[in-house]
Amino acid sequence: MSDLPQTTAAPVVVPKTSRWKMFLRSDIVWSYRHSPITIVASIVALLLVLMAIFAPWLAPYNPFNPATLNLMDGFTPPNSTSFAGNYFALGSDSQGRDVLSTIMYGLRVSLFVGLMATLFAMVLGVSLGLVAGYVGGALDAVIMRIADVQLSFPAILIALLIFGIARGIIPPNQQEGAAVWVLIIAIGLANWAQFARTVRGATMVERQKDYVAAARILGVNPFIVLLRHVLPNVTGPVLVIGTIGLALAIIEEATLSFLGVGVPPTQPSLGTLIRIGQQFLFSGEWWILLFPAITLVLLALSVNLLGDWLRDALNPKLR
Amino acid sequence: MHSSLTRIAAVLVASTMLAGVANAETIRWARSSDALTLDPHSQNQGNTHTLAHHIYETLLGRDNDGNLTPRLATEWALKEGDDTVWVFKLREGVKFHDGADFTAEDVVYSITRAKSEFSNMKQLHAEVESVTAVDDYTVEFQMAGPSLIYPNNLTNTFIMDKTWSEANDLDTVQDFASGATNYSVLNTNGTGPYTLVSREVDVKTVLTANPEWWGDAPAVTDIEYVVIADAQTRISALLSGEIDIVQDVPPQDIERLSSTEGFKVETGPENRVIYFGYKVSEEPLASSNVTDKNPLSDPKVREAFELALDRDAIKQVVMRGQSIPTGVANPPFVAGWTEELDAYPAPDVEKAKALLAEAGYPDGFSITLDTPNNRYVNDEAISTAYVGMLGQIGVDVTLASRPVAEHSPLILNGTTDFYLLGWGVPTFDSAYVFNDLYHTNDETHGTYNPSGYSNAEVDEMIISLGTESDEATRNETVAKIWEQVKADRVLLPVHIQVLAYAMRDGVTLPVQPENQPNMTTVTFE
Repeated sequence: MSDLPQTTAAPVVVPKTSRWKMFLRSDIVWSYRHSPITIVASIVALLLVLMAIFAPWLAPYNPFNPATLNLMDGFTPPNSTSFAGNYFALGSDSQGRDVLSTIMYGLRVSLFVGLMATLFAMVLGVSLGLVAGYVGGALDAVIMRIADVQLSFPAILIALLIFGIARGIIPPNQQEGAAVWVLIIAIGLANWAQFARTVRGATMVERQKDYVAAARILGVNPFIVLLRHVLPNVTGPVLVIGTIGLALAIIEEATLSFLGVGVPPTQPSLGTLIRIGQQFLFSGEWWILLFPAITLVLLALSVNLLGDWLRDALNPKLR
Repeated sequence: MHSSLTRIAAVLVASTMLAGVANAETIRWARSSDALTLDPHSQNQGNTHTLAHHIYETLLGRDNDGNLTPRLATEWALKEGDDTVWVFKLREGVKFHDGADFTAEDVVYSITRAKSEFSNMKQLHAEVESVTAVDDYTVEFQMAGPSLIYPNNLTNTFIMDKTWSEANDLDTVQDFASGATNYSVLNTNGTGPYTLVSREVDVKTVLTANPEWWGDAPAVTDIEYVVIADAQTRISALLSGEIDIVQDVPPQDIERLSSTEGFKVETGPENRVIYFGYKVSEEPLASSNVTDKNPLSDPKVREAFELALDRDAIKQVVMRGQSIPTGVANPPFVAGWTEELDAYPAPDVEKAKALLAEAGYPDGFSITLDTPNNRYVNDEAISTAYVGMLGQIGVDVTLASRPVAEHSPLILNGTTDFYLLGWGVPTFDSAYVFNDLYHTNDETHGTYNPSGYSNAEVDEMIISLGTESDEATRNETVAKIWEQVKADRVLLPVHIQVLAYAMRDGVTLPVQPENQPNMTTVTFE
């Protein structure tokens, strides 16, 4: 694991090669170029992210501004014009919101929550994993037993529990403003254990190595040893779990919103849209459910495929 | 897609019909949530009463037109020469499920229990001073004053057997809020048409016909009452033949179900109004950017709120035509309702904006709307739609959507600025609405009035209704109160909810306006 691909590329003696050219010749780029699925997945993911970032400029309507909505636009089928004279490419939902615009804005919420929650889980899990792996002993036992207990429950249950506790603590009139951050913390706290476990294992291996011993003998502060020397050597697996964790966090956000405990219904994420849409399956307004669901599947699937590819590319033992 | 689904449904129906011939008397009945308890006096709640009415009985009942009907009492009248005493003649020869005779002592015991500490029914009997058994089949209720409408308060108070209750330590009503429990929470002994066979809380309750029941033997001999929380799963269960009757049908599915061969939908208005409430007192709102005063304490702002509300659009789009827009927080079933009160203004965004500017809020203000999301038909969707309508006049609303269990404490504790709620009127009399929604919030009244509305004149009139002996004077007072509270814009009514029950062909369950249907009213073809 410690052998990063750059080091295997190093023995080729080429005197003046720019870093960019070296990168282009690296194993990672080679495996990317030779994996059509990964190329498609990355394009899809990139498109979705761009759609989310530029939603305010790209989207035909702003569904998060209730003042622009007209209830009488409700339930307009895809590719048609409503009573009020508005055109909806993917139809409109029960509140007269344009499904296409709502998906674009909903993607922003889903991606933001997913990214922030994964980042939170990563920072927390990596720190605890490094400490546990490096210090060992009782501290290691405590941290890892907590992680074990948490891993024995489904992440969604833990997120629901944390969400419930937060709801109980925050006064009712501030709950809506805090909803997104509560979601991020709930999902983040539900997912840190994966990071901690992997990083701890990698750290324990690194700790035995000569360079760590050398740094220690030189009297370097253990905190600096962890940060400057051990951490860079465990980033590979962290990146892989992070990418797959992102896909999981997006799904968890969608699940929580689907259960009705997520973001406010006036600012729907993809999960909220799916919850709203499933009420209209029997009555025939399929587009309210179908398009957000397809988008969620595409997003989660493409991020997951990227994660899988990254795992293979960063792990020479699999080749 | 449509035709193939229809065909599949038709095949399924055909197969259930074949299977149904052998045990045509069993009804499998699904709802969204379960009865909260079987203790008859612990919870004054629709789902709880609906199940209890199958096992226990009340002194008086109500037909689907809202008229009082004899049940365990056959006759009732004010005592001659004393209009503070109600006399009830009881039905003779009635037996409890354990074989004990039903007598006046059981009525005295049950009413006393319903008035006791943890009972959720006690406000309905607040004016009862004492209950006495004159003989085995006559009971006298001594009231605090002349109480014309008191018999209306008896339709959900169930009669228990004194001997059985005492033997099982049931003198104290289950303290539901604190999580206490007692023998009657899972065991029953009523006089009703069905006896309890088994009960799995939140899953399934099985009842079978009581052969000793005094009424005509019902067509339905066995009931399987099933709880299915998700609306789509509930409807799927009906379509696949797992269920015969679904009580809570979302309005968007009505058309599809009625056009599917083998199924039908019965609809009818519920005796329940859906409304928005807000703080009207001077005190600044907790959730607004205006922090020095309460914008809604200005009647002009409240008028602007009404002019922004497009009731007909909500009916057409959110409710799919399944609602009756109204301008008064009083369903038409209730005495005191008039057409003039029911009228509501057409929405007018420009005028609403002008009113807000006049009141000093040309750019609007912000506020949080609290809404339940699992209690009334499309409750969250109604609130979401109104958030958009208020946005058009410049009011920036944050929507806080919660399950009813989290929503109702906000109303009861007064910690909401702006909320959606529904109000059913089991007594069919305006006093029930006034007592809880319009009277100043104090220890005995105004339980569901978090608005801070407090009008001494109105309070006095409301209290006088309880003991007014002259019917004409009473009606006049009721009219006056309605006029006043409507002019004061205390509440913003939206509509009367329409109920929909879906069932397979061959079974008919008529809609009951209080949404408390009884399986004894089911007919087979």
